[in-house]
Amino acid sequence: MRDVTLGEASAETVRPLSEAAALDMPLLRIEGVAKSFGNFRAVDRLSLDIRAGEFFALLGPSGCGKTTLLRMLAGFETPDEGRILLGGKDIAPVLPHERPVNMMFQNYALFPHLSVRDNIAFGLKRAGMARAEIATRVAELVALVKLEGMEKRKPDQLSGGQRQRVALARSLARRPQVLLLDEPLAALDKKLRESTQAELMELQRRLGMTFIIVTHDQEEAMTMADRIGVMDAGRLVQVAAPRNLYEAPASRWIAGFVGDINLFDGQVVSREHGRLTVSTSEAGPLAVSELWSPVTKEIVSVAIRPEKVKLSRRGPASDEGGSQAINRLDGVVIDVNYLGGVTTYKVKLESGAVVRSSMANTARLNVDAYLAGQRVVAWFTADDCLVLEQ
Amino acid sequence: MARTVTRITRFNMTSLALGLAFLYLPIVILVIYSFNASRLVTVWGGWSLRWYHEFFNDAAMLEAAWMSLSVGTVSATLATLLGTLAAIGLARGERFRGRALFSGMLYSPLVMPEVISGLSLLLLFVALNAERGFWTVTIAHTTLTMCFVTVVVQSRLTSLDRSLEEAAMDLGCDPVRAFLFVTLPQIVPAIVAGWMLAFILSLDDVVIASFTTGPGSATLPIRIYSEVRLGVKPEINAICTLVIALIAVIIVVASFASKLSGARGESAAPL
Repeated sequence: MRDVTLGEASAETVRPLSEAAALDMPLLRIEGVAKSFGNFRAVDRLSLDIRAGEFFALLGPSGCGKTTLLRMLAGFETPDEGRILLGGKDIAPVLPHERPVNMMFQNYALFPHLSVRDNIAFGLKRAGMARAEIATRVAELVALVKLEGMEKRKPDQLSGGQRQRVALARSLARRPQVLLLDEPLAALDKKLRESTQAELMELQRRLGMTFIIVTHDQEEAMTMADRIGVMDAGRLVQVAAPRNLYEAPASRWIAGFVGDINLFDGQVVSREHGRLTVSTSEAGPLAVSELWSPVTKEIVSVAIRPEKVKLSRRGPASDEGGSQAINRLDGVVIDVNYLGGVTTYKVKLESGAVVRSSMANTARLNVDAYLAGQRVVAWFTADDCLVLEQ
Repeated sequence: MARTVTRITRFNMTSLALGLAFLYLPIVILVIYSFNASRLVTVWGGWSLRWYHEFFNDAAMLEAAWMSLSVGTVSATLATLLGTLAAIGLARGERFRGRALFSGMLYSPLVMPEVISGLSLLLLFVALNAERGFWTVTIAHTTLTMCFVTVVVQSRLTSLDRSLEEAAMDLGCDPVRAFLFVTLPQIVPAIVAGWMLAFILSLDDVVIASFTTGPGSATLPIRIYSEVRLGVKPEINAICTLVIALIAVIIVVASFASKLSGARGESAAPL
């Protein structure tokens, strides 16, 4: 993981535009946008740049303001403060029906009185497109979302997955500069959701369109997006590529929201050659690599993802960590959860703290499986540890 | 899914039969006696269409029936127009000052005793020095029935998914077109049901009509009422049977329309 670049993982603000990026303006620029409903501040002075052709995900728990932001982009809400620039032009005074932006609604919002064909053609008719041209465009879209033969059906004669496709085709019909997707897969079951994720990504790549998706599902955001903006309480707390978000979260909150993590609070006691020793009350002294940005504070948390914590009976073989320092923690397995592809373990340390480990089940006859009550060594390398300042 | 199976027991059947008899026996008797050949209402003299024939030759009665139908049609249409606009204003309009007061006032005819509505309208027409007749009854019926249309249409509008309108705007409709192309088709069944309700209410009404009508322009219920005071003629039974038939047809059509609107509503709901 040494090749991971983490320059853009700074919290609160978006990274400053580099020289190259300044030449071509971002397609969409959100500048200090705020929106309140009564006393509730839904979006709080948020700034963000989105490049043309990007697949961007807004990720956050419900009520974090991600949908409000999306609705402001579509024009259904007006920002109290700030500007939204599309292609360099302020779109605040532009009404929803005049914006080159289309939205796919969470509940699809298909027109129940119109057939599949008329739903897809709706936006084209309003644009005053010629009849023959509409017919060709609709046929293209129907083929694109694989709904051939369904053109004459009404929405209530379609399955959930088919409705989702109609909604997608309808929102793509006007060839918007930006397509907004509000939890587009939330109503689908797991299998269908996964295949639709792949189709959406394929489609976005093929059309070269800018997609902004709102989701509360971190796996969905990680799978599909080029970049993810994590929102909490109306603010963007981190904007990063999925791998950077997971491997280098900017705060304890993000680390816990995106995936699972073990945290040990402690104090930096020594630093030499890019290696810190952090003294923790729960796990003793831990060796941590200072890989990217220097750690400036003394009171820190050491974070380690469960899949990077390995278990063994006697501890790691001498060559396993390479040249890296290895942290060993002795404990007793207290909980084993077999999940098919992986098994998760909880190991109780002598201090009483619990470390979670998840190990891939790479062999069918898993002779190495640990049982509850067994003494084990949980170990991880210094490079796999992450230092989070408080 | 657990589905409760209601078994038809003897007790259920009996109570159902008694309930239906309570509601419909008087009507059934009225319908049967309308085919009575005898001049006396309570004595059965064999089957005959004599009283229907009598009614279709009774110019005064026909005139009253025609009056009722035209008052019903015009007032129901006016009430539907105004009631739908009020429903849109209440369901979709910005939250204006006094909105609660406005909606409360709109519904007041629902709870106001008809005698009071009728009397106040009469006083108004007298004060305005309006000649009482077709138009005064029509206006009175419009005020009476408008709120019923509003209730029906407003409940349909509030159950509609707002994102449908937003989707229409997103796809290039200004708010007016979004309403015409997307919302209106969804509420048409409710509007039709509202019209029929208004029509039936107007056809039914005796109290308000008797306050607001003038000489020579009696509606059918008023005419029937005044005839009955002089003694029930079997002809009245025939007229009532015809009115019942008309109302039955309207109710069937209206319930069909609202069922249609309900089915559409379901498909618009989120999954």
